[in-house]
Amino acid sequence: MSDNIQVAACRSLGYCYGPAMALEGVDLALTRGKVTALLGPNGAGKTTLIHLLLGVLPLQQGTIRLFGGTADTRGARQRIGAMLQIGGVQHNLTARELIELFASFYPAPVETDSLLAECGLAGLEARRFDRLSGGQRQRLLFALAVVGHPELLILDEPTTGLDPAARRRVWGAIEARRAEGASILLSTHFMEEAERLADHICVLDRGRVRATGTPDEIRRCVPRDTIRTRTGLPIQRLRELPEVQHAAIDGDTAQLLSGAGTRTLRALLEADPGADLLEMRGADLETAFLALTTAHDREAA
Amino acid sequence: MTTLNFNRNPWLQLIQAQCLNLVREPAYTLPTLLFPVMFYAFFGLVMLPAQSTWLLCTFATFGVVGAALFSFGISIATERAQGWLKLLRASPAPVSALIAGKAAGALLFGLMIVVLMSALAAGLGGVRLDTGQWLALAAVLAVGTLPFSLIGLSMGLWLSPNAAPAVINIVFLPMVFLSGLWVPASQFPAWLQGLAAWLPPYHLAELALHVAGEKPADWARSVGVLLGYSALFTALTAIGWRRLDGIRP
Repeated sequence: MSDNIQVAACRSLGYCYGPAMALEGVDLALTRGKVTALLGPNGAGKTTLIHLLLGVLPLQQGTIRLFGGTADTRGARQRIGAMLQIGGVQHNLTARELIELFASFYPAPVETDSLLAECGLAGLEARRFDRLSGGQRQRLLFALAVVGHPELLILDEPTTGLDPAARRRVWGAIEARRAEGASILLSTHFMEEAERLADHICVLDRGRVRATGTPDEIRRCVPRDTIRTRTGLPIQRLRELPEVQHAAIDGDTAQLLSGAGTRTLRALLEADPGADLLEMRGADLETAFLALTTAHDREAA
Repeated sequence: MTTLNFNRNPWLQLIQAQCLNLVREPAYTLPTLLFPVMFYAFFGLVMLPAQSTWLLCTFATFGVVGAALFSFGISIATERAQGWLKLLRASPAPVSALIAGKAAGALLFGLMIVVLMSALAAGLGGVRLDTGQWLALAAVLAVGTLPFSLIGLSMGLWLSPNAAPAVINIVFLPMVFLSGLWVPASQFPAWLQGLAAWLPPYHLAELALHVAGEKPADWARSVGVLLGYSALFTALTAIGWRRLDGIRP
C-alpha cells in the first residue's frame, strides 16, 4: 500500500538536555503503509526523536503533527503503538495480564490469544514477565506495542537480543502491519533489518539528519564501488588506476575500492584486456552508513 | 443499564495491575504486613496488655503509614528506572489511573494491617470497641493513608531505585518514633513533644485514638496538619512529575 498519506511530520526539531544538544533541525515525515528506518550510532539522537514523537519529552524547538493534528492528545496516542528501548514492565504480571492491561487502553484492540500466537508467546500467557527469557520479553513488549492496532508503530531497537528465528518472526509481524497500512518508524542498529524492511531511511548522527531517502538512494550517497577481477597487473599498477582508493591482491584475484567504479573498470580493461571474472557492486547499506556517520569526524578533524 | 466491562476499563485494569504486582512481591508484602502486626503482638499483647487499645491505634497507624510510603516510594522509583512509567506515558493510559491504582494498593495493605491487628486485639488482647468504633478506626486509618501516599509518591519521583529504600527508611522510622507511635509522645522531653505535634503520623494516631475512645483529639488541628502535608507533597509530586520530561532517555 503506498498512498503517500502523511501520518507524522516533524519540522525543524531541536532538543537540548541542559547544555548538551541532542537534536538540531531535524525534519522527518512518516507515510502510511511505509517502514522508515532510523539509523544512527549510539548517542545520535534516535531515542530523543522517538520520545518527542511519543510526547514523553516536551517540544523545545520545531513542530510535530500527527494524523494532521497536534501530537500530545490521548486521541493521537490511541492511534500509536510504541516499543521503547528501555521498556520494563511490572515484572510480577503475567503475559496475558499485561496484554489485557494494554488492550484496555485502546478502542479496538487485537484479540489476546491471536496476539500471543502471532508473537510466539502461546503457552506462556500465564508466565510472569520476570520469568520470561530475554527474547520472550522482547516479543511481549512488541505485542504490547501492536495490541491497539496502531496506525503509527514506533519501534526502538525491537529485535535487540533476539535469536535469528525470533528476529524473523518480528520482521514478519512488522511486514504484516505495513501490509495493513500502518506507518512504522523503526530504530535499529542492524543493517540487515533495515535492508529487509525499510522503504525509507533516515540517517541521524550527532543530532542532525545526515541523509534521507530510499535504501538505494542512501547507498548511492557513497560514491564507492567494489571491483573484483582476475588480472595479471601488479598491485602498484592497480593502485595507480583512476579513482582507486584501495587495492589488494589475494592469490590471482584483485579487489579494488573505487570512487567511480565505471571509470576504474574502463581503465583496468585498457591496461589489461585479458582481465576476467569481473564483478562490480555498489556500496552496501552498512558501508554507506559508516561513511555518512564518520564523515563528520573527518570534517571535525 | 450501562454495564462495566472490566477487561475494557483502563482504570480497573490499572488498579488490578498495581494490586497484583504488590501482592506478588514478597519483599513488600512480608515486611509491610508482618512487622507492625508482630510489633503489636509483642508490645500490645505480651508486654503491655493493659495498653492494648492505645497500642492498637498507634501500631495500626505505624502499619498504614509504612504501607503507603513503601508502596508508592519504592515502586515509583523502581518503575521509573525500569521504563514502566515511560511506557505508560507513551501509551494512552490515563496517568491518574496509575496513581489511583497505587493508592488502591496502599489502601488494600493498610486495611489488611488494620483487620489483622484488630482481630488480634479483639481475639487475644481483650479489646472491646462497638461496631461503629471499629468501622471509624478503619475509615480514619484508610483515609489517613492519603498524605503518606503523596509523601511516598514524591520521594519515588525524586529518588533512584537504589536510594529509595534507604532514604524512605531514614524518613519513616525516625518519623514514626518521634510521632509517639512506639513510645507515647507524652513521655518525651518537652522539646521533642513540640516536634511530634508537627509530624503527620502523630496527628493520624491522634484521630485513631479519638475514635477508639482513648483520648480526645483536636480534629481541626490534626486534619489541618494532614491536609497541609498533603498539599505540600502534591506540589512536590507535580514538580517531580514534570521533571521526568527533562531526564535523558
